[in-house]
Amino acid sequence: MTLSQPTLPLNGAAPFNPADHRGDHLLVAEMVAPGSRVLDVGCGDGDLLQLLERRGVDGRGIELSREGVNHCVAKGLAVVQGDADTDLDAYPDDAFDYVILSQTLQATRQPRAVLENLLRIGHRAIVSFPNFGFWKMRLQLLVGGHMPRTDNLPATWYDTPNIHFCTIKDFVQLCDEINVKMERAVALDLYGRPLRLNAPWWFWNLFGEQGVFLLSRRGKER
Amino acid sequence: MQPQEVDRPSSLVAAFGKDQPLKLDCGVDLAPFQIAYQTYGTLNAARTNAILVCHALTMDQHMANVHPVTGKPGGWLAMIGPGRPIDTDRFFVICPNVIGGCMGSTGPASTNPDTGKPWGLDFPIVTIPDMVRAQAMLLDRLGIDTLFSVVGGSMGGMQTLQWSVAYPRRVFSALPIACATRHSAQNIAFHELGRQAVMADPDWRQGRYFEHGIQPHRGLGVARMAAHITYLSDAALHRKFGRRMQDRDLPTFSFDADFQVESYLRHQGSSFVERFDANSYLYLTRAMDYFDIAADHDGVLARAFRGTTTRFCVVSFTSDWLFPTAESRAIVHALNAGGARVSFAEIETDKGHDAFLLDVPEFLDIARAFLQSAAAARGLTPSGA
Repeated sequence: MTLSQPTLPLNGAAPFNPADHRGDHLLVAEMVAPGSRVLDVGCGDGDLLQLLERRGVDGRGIELSREGVNHCVAKGLAVVQGDADTDLDAYPDDAFDYVILSQTLQATRQPRAVLENLLRIGHRAIVSFPNFGFWKMRLQLLVGGHMPRTDNLPATWYDTPNIHFCTIKDFVQLCDEINVKMERAVALDLYGRPLRLNAPWWFWNLFGEQGVFLLSRRGKER
Repeated sequence: MQPQEVDRPSSLVAAFGKDQPLKLDCGVDLAPFQIAYQTYGTLNAARTNAILVCHALTMDQHMANVHPVTGKPGGWLAMIGPGRPIDTDRFFVICPNVIGGCMGSTGPASTNPDTGKPWGLDFPIVTIPDMVRAQAMLLDRLGIDTLFSVVGGSMGGMQTLQWSVAYPRRVFSALPIACATRHSAQNIAFHELGRQAVMADPDWRQGRYFEHGIQPHRGLGVARMAAHITYLSDAALHRKFGRRMQDRDLPTFSFDADFQVESYLRHQGSSFVERFDANSYLYLTRAMDYFDIAADHDGVLARAFRGTTTRFCVVSFTSDWLFPTAESRAIVHALNAGGARVSFAEIETDKGHDAFLLDVPEFLDIARAFLQSAAAARGLTPSGA
């Protein structure tokens, strides 16, 4: 990882410490080439965007919640209030080098359309999502007989914003269906650490708490 | 209104002679003309810390000082001043009166040099781009090439957007608030209502009222009352007044101002006519009606912003029904399509369109944060050097 040396430290910013950042954010940031243009869809409080801007990335964000947007603007980030399901259509083709969808896919109404939009707007897309095939999820449904809840997904079934859960296996299948090329795929364990690289898909699907994918359009030279 | 501020205002004045005409969109070269303006703070040695603040329809350049006519505090003290978001300890703030206004910049109340009488309706129609063109001439006169920021709400937001489109390289950052890139049909309709109220007043005299020593106070007062309703919201009116009675417990069974809200509106109307010129109201509302950035770019708004390097922060308010959030969202979509660096925040408030002038902490925090991050990107030190 090259993250220990941020390329463009902000004036007066605290020294970079990986422990301050979520594991999936560090992984996503590492996938982004410094100096590129990035759109973070569902950017929340802007933690990932801030991490990216420290690396000299020209970052923009979309966030659904008004509070999240206002936090981001207060941090000096270029973030607009908007909805991944409806507002991505307004962005032109090839506007960004990367479009990031971090822990948001499962909360969209049309995950497939959103995914297609990501790869229309960006040359590459980085998608991370909680893996519903994670063994703890399976166990809760199989043994407990109730909808699974975890530390990262604490909401009950009736008040969760997450309406389209999928497993890593499901996501790989969708990528195949819409002709998306997977350039990198990483599964993270419960503590945000990458699982070992040479594991088979079934292992990731069972032991990955979340999946992080670097995607590009198949059949296009980049 | 008191005409003493019209030709010889108490503000600073930049006068442009016959050799420096203002080329108006209507085809007329306006010359001579003058711009009255206020400044706050100090211009740094590199001349990089200037913020242009554009005023709204019925405001003027007296943003952060006592108003010379009304004696009331400045019009935008929540935003401008020491330690405020537009920090006068750090930035050099320029507030000009718009062309067509009535507080010292040339407008229909000014003396027509050819006749020695007020221009009245002989004054040419001005547009938002004309106002901005005149401001650019003022900045040339002041020796300021690039503005650190342009800030404005409502009609001031329109000028802010026009600045970023007409002079993109002169605008490092822009903060258009509660505005739109074009005036909606509903807003044109409200303006027409106001203009018809003015012109229906017999004292208007086809705009030549000054020569008769009278002013169309009733018409302008009604126009102001109608407009003022559009600056508020149902919730704000209910919160402030409800159905409460004014100095009485029972209805008088007359058309007296029984309700507090009536009394309030009447006060708004009567105080407005003391400081504003009726013809100026006609001209400035017309300028807003004609505003349509996309129309100047083959109907495609995104084209207006293509390739811009200006940093934008667009702000709207939930209860603003004059410039609803959808208008701001259209600006944001066009800016995104043009690849601009844009932030957009919708502020939750029941204060309506007027919220941008009031002490709304969430809004002021965002304005402050945006300007601070832009200042860091511009390389301005916290002292403004």
